[in-house]
Amino acid sequence: MDINVTLKVWRQNGPNDKGDFKEYQINKVSTDSSFLEMMDMLNNQLIENGEDPIAFDHDCREGICGMCSMYINGRPHGPGDGITTCQLHMRSFKDGDTIYIEPWRATAFPIIKDLMVDRTAFDKIMQAGGFVSVNTGSAQDANNIPVRKEDADEAFKAAACIGCGACVAACKNASAMLFTSAKVSQLALLPQGQTEATERALNMVAEMDAQGFGACTNTGACMAECPKEISLEHIARLNREYMAASLTSRD
Amino acid sequence: MASLKESLTSSVGRKYVMGLTGLFLIVFLLVHLSGNFTLLLKDGTAFNTYAHFMKENLLIKLSEVILFGGFLLHIIQGLMLTAKNKAARAVNYQVAHKHDKVDWTSKAMSALGMILLIFLIIHLYDFFRFKYFVADPQMTADGTMIDLHGIVRHEFSEGGLEGIFHLAVYTLGMAAVSFHLWHGFQSTFQSLGLRHPKYTPFIQGLGKLYAVVVPAAFVAIPYIIKFTAEAH
Repeated sequence: MDINVTLKVWRQNGPNDKGDFKEYQINKVSTDSSFLEMMDMLNNQLIENGEDPIAFDHDCREGICGMCSMYINGRPHGPGDGITTCQLHMRSFKDGDTIYIEPWRATAFPIIKDLMVDRTAFDKIMQAGGFVSVNTGSAQDANNIPVRKEDADEAFKAAACIGCGACVAACKNASAMLFTSAKVSQLALLPQGQTEATERALNMVAEMDAQGFGACTNTGACMAECPKEISLEHIARLNREYMAASLTSRD
Repeated sequence: MASLKESLTSSVGRKYVMGLTGLFLIVFLLVHLSGNFTLLLKDGTAFNTYAHFMKENLLIKLSEVILFGGFLLHIIQGLMLTAKNKAARAVNYQVAHKHDKVDWTSKAMSALGMILLIFLIIHLYDFFRFKYFVADPQMTADGTMIDLHGIVRHEFSEGGLEGIFHLAVYTLGMAAVSFHLWHGFQSTFQSLGLRHPKYTPFIQGLGKLYAVVVPAAFVAIPYIIKFTAEAH
């Protein structure tokens, strides 16, 4: 089935440009096409008309890279739970619908152009301690370090975070708490993460604040919009890790 | 690394302060409420003796300072967090979606807090009016006790606009307390990292029960006074 939709797309020439919605009409969109394919159709249309195509981020188009950052009809990644924009299909819309598309809005994510934002702030948080730097040596027997299955599963769920920034986009405070907590949790739950646990919690939270993200109000909007459905439990764990680290660090 | 000061002013540390002071104030509400129940007695002796004790006792004076400290910390942290959070999204979205998984009270905590602050100022004005504006609120010149019990009961039961105004302000204030607690009660536990699949559902349920029952009990007292007073 094909549908016709009206798009109101946020167009902004650069970080300091004011920006505004621009209306586009796009016809005969297959309901089987993904949202990004529809955007491709629109951009082809714009190029054919000699207009400036819309800048938007996308890469893997299979829900694992986290690039496609669109705020569609007031929701990160549009309607539907647990999906990225590339996993959103046009069958979620009706013929004649008007669809509003905005970029992620956060002070820490400046707009590069149109729907494209700079998410370097997330990289900075990761660089502050979201890794294990101890020399692990050559591979040892798999059963040398026992890990509880429950902990392994929890760590895995945290590690599912793709760093897309939907949590920041959804949060009324533009807080990066869910992202940071997932990155702290995935290591806090495993023995390999213990060596640097104190520095990790302190430094990643400090970097998160330095980047200008807000604090957590526990609304749960992040969890509701996360394409990987990461739980608020990780934020509670981050809070525990952080306080333990604060109280025990020697300086 | 982080000094204790840095830890307490980080976004996680500030939430710890909010959570701890929040829990403290939640417990205080129960203490406050139990005292208020003596207002229900037609005989003012219990309430007046209680009020006199609250004013004169040295330990109470000390705990009053701690209580004020708790309120101040909670309010100041709240204001600072609100400013920080607003700055984190300098430009707002043009289209907002109302998410059914997100409770409106959680998004309105700072607005509800502002309403509560206004209520608190009115409430404290009334409190200090009797405590300090009258030289000795408990004893009059001829040595008889001032009937604070009677004054408070009169505030709510007097006829005309004034009585209705007192009731309305009090009811609105308690409604704000209720909505603030609806999210706030369980949120304090989350902020302190106290979350567990086994206990969190219970804490959330208890929080909602508390948010309804305690403000309802506060607000019931003046209404009971009003309607039992009019019956006489």
